[in-house]
Amino acid sequence: MTALLATERIKLFTTRSPWWSMIMTLGITVGLAGMVALTHAGDRPLTVEHSQFGSQFGLMIITVMAALAVTTEYRFATIRTTFQAVPNRTSILLAKTAVVTGLAVVVGEITAFGSWAVAKLIDGGPELSIRDSGDLRMVAGVGLVYGVAAVMAVAVGILVRQSAGAISILLIWPLLAENLVGLIPRVGDDLRNWMPYVNAGRFLNGVDPEMPLSAWGALAYFAGVAAVLLGTALVVANRRDA
Amino acid sequence: MIEAVGLTKRYGKTLAVDNLSFTVPTGRVTGFLGPNGAGKSTTMRMILGLDTPSGGSALIDGKRYRDLHQPLRTVGALLDAKWVHPNRSARAHLAWMAKSNRLPAKRVDEVLDIVGLSAVAGKRAGGFSLGMSQRLGIAAALLGDPQVLLFDEPVNGLDPEGILWIRKFMHRLADEGRTVFVSSHLLSEMALTAQELVVIGRGKLISQSSTEDFVSQATENTVRVRSPQLGALRTALGRTGVSIRDEGESLIVSGMDCADIGELAAQTGTVLHELSPQRGSLEEAFMQLTGDSVEYHTEIAEGQVPATLVPAGK
Repeated sequence: MTALLATERIKLFTTRSPWWSMIMTLGITVGLAGMVALTHAGDRPLTVEHSQFGSQFGLMIITVMAALAVTTEYRFATIRTTFQAVPNRTSILLAKTAVVTGLAVVVGEITAFGSWAVAKLIDGGPELSIRDSGDLRMVAGVGLVYGVAAVMAVAVGILVRQSAGAISILLIWPLLAENLVGLIPRVGDDLRNWMPYVNAGRFLNGVDPEMPLSAWGALAYFAGVAAVLLGTALVVANRRDA
Repeated sequence: MIEAVGLTKRYGKTLAVDNLSFTVPTGRVTGFLGPNGAGKSTTMRMILGLDTPSGGSALIDGKRYRDLHQPLRTVGALLDAKWVHPNRSARAHLAWMAKSNRLPAKRVDEVLDIVGLSAVAGKRAGGFSLGMSQRLGIAAALLGDPQVLLFDEPVNGLDPEGILWIRKFMHRLADEGRTVFVSSHLLSEMALTAQELVVIGRGKLISQSSTEDFVSQATENTVRVRSPQLGALRTALGRTGVSIRDEGESLIVSGMDCADIGELAAQTGTVLHELSPQRGSLEEAFMQLTGDSVEYHTEIAEGQVPATLVPAGK
């Protein structure tokens, strides 16, 4: 497995898209945190939550990067070269998932703590200190959410096999579909509570007593959905002609 | 040795490969010949475990490809030179492949050197010409120093220099005692490269034989004879047991050469107006053999088919 992880690491870092994604994620999240801190005015003090304003945008970029890591392989048919070199498709695809997820977690942690540090430097208010487990989760949790989102993106990428389709699904789903579900009469709110990205947001931003799951429960649920998707993708990839 | 047993691939209603059985002997160059759409690429993908057969199996040294441990050490293959990420350098492309089969990193530079790409190893593969891409593909196939090599239409689209290079390379691989299985839709190319031939059409096996046998069988020598005393000559020739057929005002004789026919005519006192050897071209023979099995026929009146006009491209 170590050789396969190294294989996918070489593959990921010898193309340009992960580098651009990393720089963009870092720039956007930290940049937004800086802007929020600089332009902040009003009675209420700046909080840790404010410093993570850009994490949603970072999540989108990481999602696109992770999906592209798979779909470009299909586009350029390097997936065939890959399966030719490693016929055990499950293990090589798991290695790819692990490498992409690992990168997402690292980028998430760096950007989250970077954003917090920038906001803290500029504003310096006491509300910006990480004081309890909720504050810590809000910052350190970003990496975990990015990681799970990467698994989700890799799975959708394997299933859909093309960039435009996979990215559309992955962006429209959290931005649109999960919110529209709430408009369904009677059951809408209940359904919305079980949407994966809604739960990811709940994990980061604290528990609403109305919600069915605890913060960590919500993350586990988000991860569970991703795991089921990945499992499905692996079964499909093994059955399908490359 | 590569062995296909009852290999079948069905796409919906179409049978791309139909109960195909053949063997590729060890240590020789075997040509895999057939018109476009005959199922050559599909067969090769099934041998490599990329496509799952609908029936039958393909074995390499008795094992399914998917069961091979570090398969690049056993089988090297070049199915499509464009299966490379355009923004990855040639060296990086080979580096990940080497790593996946735990091959030493220095092997990458060795194969780059073998195919003559060392100077452009750091350049992005997307900017390579077809000939260079083909070399990179061959470098990838050689990475694990495998005993078995598969190439799908390696000379397709190459300039004469590239074709010559590939041809020499195949011979070199065979001289090193490797098993080479190479597909083509050009019989003339295979006649120069391969010692054995597996010929298919519409997914079915047409023949498996040595190239020599196939060519001599396919391009049987005949002699055209014209004479005002055709009847007498036919009787005289008939006695020797050779096969004769009429073609307009002349006879086409097979199984006897010009000299012998001339002697016979002299003995029987027959006047000859023409005595000319007819040699069928490889392409004609190939067209005859696979003619019924070409998937997309062009309607050309018989006899007008230019001998060299063989469908191009994959």
